[in-house]
Amino acid sequence: MYLTRKAEFSASHICANPQWSEAQNRAVYGPNANPNGHGHNYVLEVTLEGEPDPATGMVFDLRELKEILNQEVIDPMDHRFLNREVPPFDSIVPTTENLAIEIWRRVDQRLRALPEAQQNGARLANVRLYETADLFVDYGGPASL
Amino acid sequence: MTSLRLTSRYHFSASHRLATAALTAEENRRVYGKCNNPYGHGHDYVLEVSVEGPVGEDGQLVRREELDTLVADRVLALLDHKDLNTDVAGFAGRVTTTENLAAVIRAQLEQHWTLTPRLAGLRISETPRNTFSWEGSR
Repeated sequence: MYLTRKAEFSASHICANPQWSEAQNRAVYGPNANPNGHGHNYVLEVTLEGEPDPATGMVFDLRELKEILNQEVIDPMDHRFLNREVPPFDSIVPTTENLAIEIWRRVDQRLRALPEAQQNGARLANVRLYETADLFVDYGGPASL
Repeated sequence: MTSLRLTSRYHFSASHRLATAALTAEENRRVYGKCNNPYGHGHDYVLEVSVEGPVGEDGQLVRREELDTLVADRVLALLDHKDLNTDVAGFAGRVTTTENLAAVIRAQLEQHWTLTPRLAGLRISETPRNTFSWEGSR
């Protein structure tokens, strides 16, 4: 069974490679390369896969998941300038693709660090990140596809 | 290899009428109901195009502009503010159901595909209550 928890954060970013000229960056990233930055209301959907625990009826404790998302994503990223305030985006372009990969890495690490009883065999199955209502990426982890 | 799926949503409006020459007027009426009304009717369609592939050196799976231009030139230009029954060559001899619309859109995209990631799937909503999707095989 899949369980999905949603969270929102708002952040600004610049999609540009500092090694390239402004014209090159415009060609690759379009208006996202604006050197002064711009922002989005990101919507994150994190999906876990597992079986409901026979005693609790739950795949995973939603409060725990909420706490992990707050600590790993919302607290460090909400109302921040990703390139300037949120490593590794000081050195990696904060495209929605790279942001989804980084969120996977952070959440997956936390889930794996939990005691086995708390993990309940659940695993991170998908990270969906909406940059706008009309554009999103799905990432199923390094082993997927 | 790090691979992702990116989905972009587009909107177009078109009119159509469901009817097939293979059936009598009465049979058409029975099979298609209101969708068979003689003068046609329209929808605000929502199209989702999904692409899948590895992230390039630029941190992107696809350049947004390239995907948007392909969809605008090959799909939206063909369908937006058109009458599917009379204006769209791909429907010659085919009923303008959303199932067939999905096939027309898929054929257009596949025929003109110039992008590095593969076309992974399509979802088309005729209304917010009716959605049709196609998933490519890996």
